[in-house]
Amino acid sequence: MSVQNETLARTSGRPAAEQRQIDKALARRMRRRGDESKFWWLVPTLYIIFLLLPIYWLVNMSFKTNQEILTTFTLWPQNPTLHNYAVIFTDPSWYRGYINSIIYVVMNMVISVLVALPAAYAFSRYRFLGDKHLFFWLLTNRMAPPAVFALPFFQLYSAFGLIDTHIAVALAHCLFNVPLAVWILEGFMSGVPKEIDETAYIDGYSFPRFFVKIFVPLIASGIGVAAFFCFMFSWVELLIARTLTTTDAKPIAATMTRTVSASGMDWGLLAAAGVLTLIPGAIVIYFVRNYIAKGFALGRV
Amino acid sequence: MDKTWNNKAWFMVLPVLLLVAFSAVIPLMTVVNYSVQDTFGNNQFFWAGTEWYEEILHSDRFHAALGRNLVFSFIILAIEVPLGIVIALNMPRRGWGVPVCLVLMALPLLIPWNVVGTIWQVFGRNDIGLLGHTLESLGIKYNYVQNPLHAWFTVIIMDVWHWTSLVVLLCYAGLVSIPDAFYQAAKIDGASRWAVFRYIQLPKMNRVLLIAVLLRFMDSFMIYTEPFVVTGGGPGNSTTFLSIDLVKIAIGQFDLGPAAAMSIIYFLIILLLSWIFYTVMTNYDAER
Repeated sequence: MSVQNETLARTSGRPAAEQRQIDKALARRMRRRGDESKFWWLVPTLYIIFLLLPIYWLVNMSFKTNQEILTTFTLWPQNPTLHNYAVIFTDPSWYRGYINSIIYVVMNMVISVLVALPAAYAFSRYRFLGDKHLFFWLLTNRMAPPAVFALPFFQLYSAFGLIDTHIAVALAHCLFNVPLAVWILEGFMSGVPKEIDETAYIDGYSFPRFFVKIFVPLIASGIGVAAFFCFMFSWVELLIARTLTTTDAKPIAATMTRTVSASGMDWGLLAAAGVLTLIPGAIVIYFVRNYIAKGFALGRV
Repeated sequence: MDKTWNNKAWFMVLPVLLLVAFSAVIPLMTVVNYSVQDTFGNNQFFWAGTEWYEEILHSDRFHAALGRNLVFSFIILAIEVPLGIVIALNMPRRGWGVPVCLVLMALPLLIPWNVVGTIWQVFGRNDIGLLGHTLESLGIKYNYVQNPLHAWFTVIIMDVWHWTSLVVLLCYAGLVSIPDAFYQAAKIDGASRWAVFRYIQLPKMNRVLLIAVLLRFMDSFMIYTEPFVVTGGGPGNSTTFLSIDLVKIAIGQFDLGPAAAMSIIYFLIILLLSWIFYTVMTNYDAER
């Protein structure tokens, strides 16, 4: 904006000296905007330290032996060990938890996005009977407390013989992920001008061909963001996932609740398992950094 | 955008409708069913009318859980919203600091909820946790397992740690949408820092902030996993929030009737809040 103003001023033919002065004032203003004091960085830095300390503590503990954790209080591992990670990667009852989680999370992500795509298109392009009520009803499902659904889910999936399968958890998580995907995708699709659709139809595209060949590439980033958030919310949820599984599809988060052995709590192992659950989020977070606010606010920022 | 009226669009919504009906309507109808019936086992059910609703609405236990949850939500909002605004105002607008801040601040949002609980459970212990140990060496007998006040402190600081970033990111998204020209005009008028905040930044953040408040209220109103992992609802019942209480009744005691009635009341409260949320969102869209 200010760059535009600047070039505007320059082309309006002012004397050179006056122009220089305006430029200087503008540059000064741009430097000072937003960061009035010298210590503006203090607040974000302190906040980030506050955020990272507990995470650091978990990572720190994961590289210690259980004995070091319990007997000495050290700020960093004195004898760093990979033992805890080795246990997780070699014991099937541990690493299968991760595989189970990833299976149902990916299933849920694929189902949610595929089902949400046409619906989001309908909401963003057409008005139809009851559209607003339907959109609101979807939202109420995103806001529904999982605790309300835990018991009826258990009975419903028992009736279908689906308890302890990955698809049961994937379908159950659709409760909040499908509405989420519809809302996010609708937000992105509304940003695509309608003229593009109309031009494509005039050019003789059929609807499915237009949707796959033209529209989907246009909202690729939106699909990525929706998929990411489906992944995330399914990954972080535990109550429903734990209720619907016993052994074969048990998520890692539920596996973590049983680190109590004869010799007491195995803190090092628990910490290592926790650190490994942070990794998926940490990997993809960089790619979606500009859309995080949008995703959490259901595509409405 | 003007939309065309086309009822055939229903076919596109149909898959979503069927899927969500399966995962939401059927379970919800089961809950409604249970809430008006009584059972003596053997899958025999009797009509109980509004008996369970009356019981729940008059039960001290429900009132206590609801009260605790409301107090919790309000404390959370009172801390997270001002803190989030202050941090968002001080975040860099350009340069390498922007991605660094965004990525690091979003980190807690993406941690599985029970791991959040585990992190704070460990962090707050006075034998092996940094926070507990530091407080202990400062002479404070910190014990969140036995002292209700300390349990509350732990649960609240955990939620602040977990979710303040959401408020920050939303506010930041509102702030970066303010054109530079606004600030230049303020500068020329000689506006103070407070005036810039009050008359330029706050109005621009208005709606984002409203979304943030509603989301935070809603999510803290149905919080379950994090306090459950840290305190298990204790000591006593001091951190038993609505969801924890509901799961205790439904799955712990298997009292289907009261649990179902409580679910419905709980859900109605959520429905009302969702409606407010929806109105805010759609008004915002209309103005956009």
